[in-house]
Amino acid sequence: MSVIDGQVTPGPGGLCQKGWTAGELLRHPGRLTTPLLHGSPVSWDEALDFVATRIKEFEPDEVAVFGGGGLTNEKAYLLGKFARVALKTSQIDYNGRFCMSSAAAAGNKAFGLDRGMPFPLSDLKTADTILLAGSNPAETMPPFLRHLEGARLIVIDPRRTPTAERATLHLQPAPGTDLALALGLLHTAVIEGVIDKEYISERTTGFDDAWRVAAQWWPEHTERVTGVSAADQRAAVHMLAGKSYILTGRGTEQHASGTDNVSAWINLALALGLPGRVGSGYGCLTGQGNGQGGREHGQKADQLPGYRKLDDPAARQHIMEVWGVDWLPGVGRSAYELLNADDLKAMLVFGSNPVVSAPRASGVADRLRALDLLVVADFVMSETAEMADVVFPVTQWAEEDGTMTNLEGRIIRRRKALDPPPGVRSDLELINGLASRLGVTGFPTEPRVVFDELRRASEGGLSDYSGITYERLESEQLHWPVPSVEHPGTPRLFLDRFAHADGLARFVPVDHKGPAEPPDEEFPLQATTGRVLQHYQSGAQTRRIGELVKAVPEMYVEVHPDTASRAGLASGEPAHVVSRRGRVTAVVRCVPSMRADAVFLPFHFPGEGRANLLTNPALDPTSRMPEFKVCAVRLERA
Amino acid sequence: MRRVVIVGYGMAGARLADELRRRDQDISITVIGAEPHAAYNRVLLSTVVAGTMTPSATQLHDEKWAAEHNIDLCLGHEVVELDRASRTVTVERTRGAFVRSECTRGPRVPQEETGDSRVTFAYDALVLATGSTPWVPPAEGLVEDGRLAEGVVAFRTLDDCAEIEAKAHKGAPVAVLGGGLLGIEAARGLAGRGCLVTVVHPVGHLMERQLDPGAGGVLARTLGQLGIEFKLNALAAKYLPGDGLILDDGTHVPAELVVVSAGVRAETSLAVQAGLEVDRGIVVDDALRTSDPRIHAIGDCAQHPGTVSGLVQPAWDQAAVLADRLTGVNPAARYRGTSVVTRLKARDVDLAALGDVHTDVDCPDAEVLCFQEPSRGRYAKLVLRDDRVAGAIVLGAPDAAATITQLYDRGIPAPTDRLALLLGRALPAEAASPADLPSSAVICRCNTVSKGQIVSAWRAGAESLPQLAEATRATTGCGGCKDAVCGLLDWLGASQPASA
Repeated sequence: MSVIDGQVTPGPGGLCQKGWTAGELLRHPGRLTTPLLHGSPVSWDEALDFVATRIKEFEPDEVAVFGGGGLTNEKAYLLGKFARVALKTSQIDYNGRFCMSSAAAAGNKAFGLDRGMPFPLSDLKTADTILLAGSNPAETMPPFLRHLEGARLIVIDPRRTPTAERATLHLQPAPGTDLALALGLLHTAVIEGVIDKEYISERTTGFDDAWRVAAQWWPEHTERVTGVSAADQRAAVHMLAGKSYILTGRGTEQHASGTDNVSAWINLALALGLPGRVGSGYGCLTGQGNGQGGREHGQKADQLPGYRKLDDPAARQHIMEVWGVDWLPGVGRSAYELLNADDLKAMLVFGSNPVVSAPRASGVADRLRALDLLVVADFVMSETAEMADVVFPVTQWAEEDGTMTNLEGRIIRRRKALDPPPGVRSDLELINGLASRLGVTGFPTEPRVVFDELRRASEGGLSDYSGITYERLESEQLHWPVPSVEHPGTPRLFLDRFAHADGLARFVPVDHKGPAEPPDEEFPLQATTGRVLQHYQSGAQTRRIGELVKAVPEMYVEVHPDTASRAGLASGEPAHVVSRRGRVTAVVRCVPSMRADAVFLPFHFPGEGRANLLTNPALDPTSRMPEFKVCAVRLERA
Repeated sequence: MRRVVIVGYGMAGARLADELRRRDQDISITVIGAEPHAAYNRVLLSTVVAGTMTPSATQLHDEKWAAEHNIDLCLGHEVVELDRASRTVTVERTRGAFVRSECTRGPRVPQEETGDSRVTFAYDALVLATGSTPWVPPAEGLVEDGRLAEGVVAFRTLDDCAEIEAKAHKGAPVAVLGGGLLGIEAARGLAGRGCLVTVVHPVGHLMERQLDPGAGGVLARTLGQLGIEFKLNALAAKYLPGDGLILDDGTHVPAELVVVSAGVRAETSLAVQAGLEVDRGIVVDDALRTSDPRIHAIGDCAQHPGTVSGLVQPAWDQAAVLADRLTGVNPAARYRGTSVVTRLKARDVDLAALGDVHTDVDCPDAEVLCFQEPSRGRYAKLVLRDDRVAGAIVLGAPDAAATITQLYDRGIPAPTDRLALLLGRALPAEAASPADLPSSAVICRCNTVSKGQIVSAWRAGAESLPQLAEATRATTGCGGCKDAVCGLLDWLGASQPASA
C-alpha cells in the first residue's frame, strides 16, 4: 500500500478498515511530538541525558528492555545489540513472546527451523483443504482470506467467528481442549486409513511414540472431552487427505500447553505427509506486522541475530566478532517473567503496551509502577506511556525506511513516504543517543547501514539474510535463507530434507492436560480473549481513530443468551466478568452461537475494560507463553 | 522406598504404572502380567476386528517402556499366592495357552527364589487390576473341557481378535452371542468384512442397559439395513461345531464362527483366595481400598458403588486417584464414581447414551423429550431435571450427541431452546433476500459498511461494483462480501422504475 498526502491506497491484496484509516494516525492530534519527563515536555537532549544518567546508577541486570513484534528488522536487531553491548544486560524480551513463541518452539522441535510458513503464501491458492486451528483471519487480517478462496476451510475455534462462518466444516472444541482434538484427529486419520505411511517412514522419526499417546484418543473419547462429534472428526480427516495445509494461530498457541498444542497439529500434518512437499504443508499465521523478523534477530531473551541461540558458543563467537566485543551476557528471562520481576530497577519499552496486553495486567501495572525508571518509546500516549518517567516520541510506519519479514519469511522493504512531524525521531536515533551517552559506539541511525550489519550478523545462521540488499529488494521477492547475493532465496523450505542433522522431521509425543485453571463452582465459565476487526492489539492506535471507535466503541463481553439471562443480564447492559485475578467491566452482547459455558472478551480496551485483568499468567514450560486463551470466570451484574 | 506391586497389566494396571511414575520418580513399581505381550488398548479391539487398525497399533507401551521408566515388568506370570500377613505375592509362569514368558528387568525389591520358576515379591501396597473374564452362556457344546469349543471365540483379547480375523471370511455365516455394546461393535465390524452376521440376544431389545425399547428398535432397524440379522428374546440352546446354533425356540442359526460377547465377570479368584471381601467384584471404598487397607483394586475387577464395570473411563479415573494417594501427591484424593457415557464405535451408526434413559415422556417429575424417525435411523430422547441433562439417548444425530454429552459432563444448564438441542446442528438459514435486510445490516464486515450506506452510495450515483467500492470501501478487504454487494446491486437495479 502507499500513502499520498496522508491518504492510504491499497496494494493488490486489499485492505480492511484498520488499513484504510491508518493514515489518520500520522497526523493525529494525539500524536506525541516532544519527549516527556515526568509528564512535562523537555528537549531530546534533556530526556536522553536523564535516562542515561539514571541507567548508569543501576547494575546491568537491573535494567530490562522490552521490545515489540511491530518493530522493523533494523530496530529489533539494534535493540538486541543495544541491550547486550551498551546496557550489558541479559534482561531483554519482547511482546512476540505473547504471540509467536509457542509456534516457534514447536516448529523448531519438529523441523529444526522456525519460519511461519515454509512456503510462499500464494501456494495456498492451490490447496484443496486448509485447516485453521485457532485463527480468525476474517477479523484479524481480512485480505489474507483472498488466498483461501479456492480451498475448503476447516476452522477450529470455540466461537463461531466470521472465519468459522465461511468454513465448510467448523469444529467447535471446548476452550482449552485443542490438543485433545488434534490427538483425536491423528487417531481418526489412522483408523480411516488416510495417513501417508511411506512419507512417515522416509521423512520422519518418532511416529510410534506419538501414536501411543494418540492411540488413547479414539474419536468417541475425544468427542467427550472436546465436544467435537466423532462424525465431524472423520469428515475432517477425509477432507485433509490430499493437497492440504494445516495453519495454526494464537487460539491454539496462547496456552500454558501452547507448544504441545502446536506439536500436536504438526504431528497430524506429518502423519498426513503434508510438510516439505509442494502443494501441502504446515504453517503458523503471524500476528504482528513483523512477527517473523522480530523473532529472528535478537530481541528474544535466548537468541542472537540470524536465529542463533545465545547459549551456543559458536554463535556467541560469531556475533562477538561482528559486534567487536569480547563479552556477551547470558540467557535472560521471558516477557511475563520480566514484567513481573521484583529485582529490576529500570525498563525501556519499545513498541509495546504491556499494561493492556500482558496477562494479569493489574499485577504488571503494579510492577512497572514500582520501577525506579520506566522509559517508553511510542508515537501515541499508550497506557504504558502514561505511567512512564520518560516518553520518547518516535516515527511510525510511513515515516521511516526499513525492512519487515512477513509470515512467509519474505523480506519486505518499508519505504519512507512522509517526513515525521517536528520533534519526532526514529527508534534508531533514540538508541544511538542513549548508547553514545553510555559511552558506546556502533549504533548507526541509517536503516540501510543497520541492515548491512544485520546481514553480516545473520550470515551462516538459520535465518541467513547475508545475500539480501536493499537494491535486490527493489525488484526481487526474497524468502530467507539467502546465503549469498547470487542466491535466489528459498521460497520453499524442506523439499529435500528438514533442518535437523539427520534431515528428518520429528514427531513429538504430547498429551492433553487441559486448561491450567479448570472451571469450578465459584468460577463456572471459561473466558477466552481475542481481537475484533476494527482494533489492533492493545488498541493504543486504533482507539484513536474515530471511524473505528464508532464501529466498536467500548469493551464488551460475548455470552450465550441463556447464560446472560441466568446472570440477570440482557444485551446492552453492563456486566462484571470476574476471575481470581481481577474484574472487568463490559457491556453484554448476546450471541446465540456461543457455548453456554464460555464468554469472549476482546483485549483492545484500557482501564476497567482490560480483558487481561482476568487472564491467567500460567506459562508454557518451553515457550514461556502465558495462557491468554482460557481462564475461569463468573458473570455478574455491574 | 515404598514398594507398589500391581497385579495385572491390562488397561488399568498399565495406566496406574504410568500415573505413579509421572508423579514419583523413585517409588518402586512392579507390574505382573499374565499374558506374554505388552499391554494393549482393549477399547480398540473392535477397530481391529473391523480391519481398520493393526493389532500392533493397539499396544499401550513399547518393549522399552519398562526399562525407560524403571519399572519391574514381569510378563507371562500369574500370582499363585497372596500372603497378607507377610505382605508378599508369589508368581509363577502362566500355565495353559501361554508358552513364552520373560521378566524384562531384574526385580529391584527384596525377594527370594522359591523353587524353579516361582518368584516372590514383597509389597507395601498391592493393587489388584486383574480385570474380568468373559461370561459364556450355558448353551450345550460351547465349552469343552473347560475351554471354548472349536469355532467359538470370546471377544476379549488380541488373541481372540486374531482368531476372529482368521475365520471371518467374506460370506461366512457368523453368530454373535449378545446384543450389548461390545456384541454390536463386533457384529458391525464383521458385517463390514462381508460376513453374514446374526446377533442372538436374550432380551427384547438391544443394549437394554443403555437404551429404552424405542431406541433399541431403531438401532436394530439401522443395523438391519447394514446386513445384520437379529434373534431377540432368544437364548442359544446348543452349539453344533461347523454348523451353527440351535436356539431355545428350535430355530437354527448357521454359523462357522460363534463370537461370545454376553458380558463379563470380574476376575476375583485371587481376592477370594486371600479372603478379601468380594461381592460381584472386589469391594472397594472411595480410597479404592479393599477390606485389607494395604490392598487396593481398580478397573473391571473392582466393585465401587459409583461405577459400572466393563468400561475404561472408570479404570483411568481410579488409576489417577490411586496414584495421587500411593505417591502422597494428594492423600485426600477420593474416587467418587464416574458418570458413564456409552458411545457405540461402529461405522455408520452414531449412538450415544448417558444417565437415566428409562424415564417415560409422561413422567411428572422430569422433563422428557423424545423424537423418533426410524426410517432415517434417528431417535433422540432427553431427560431433564432441574434444567440439567439427567439422561439422553441420541441415535443418528452426531452433533446433538456431542453437545448433550458436554452439557451432561459439565453440568451446564440446558439451553432454553430444547428442540434445537435435541435435533443438533441447525439447518443453515436460507440466504436472506437483500430486500429483507434491515438498513443497519453490515454487508462488508472488513470495513463496517451497512446496507444503508451502500443504498445511499448507489442513489448518489455509484451504480457499479468498482464505483461502490470506491465510494464505500465495501469488498476491498477480504472480498467475501462481493456476492452480497452484487446481490444488492441487482436488487437496487431491479427496483429502479423502468426508464424507457
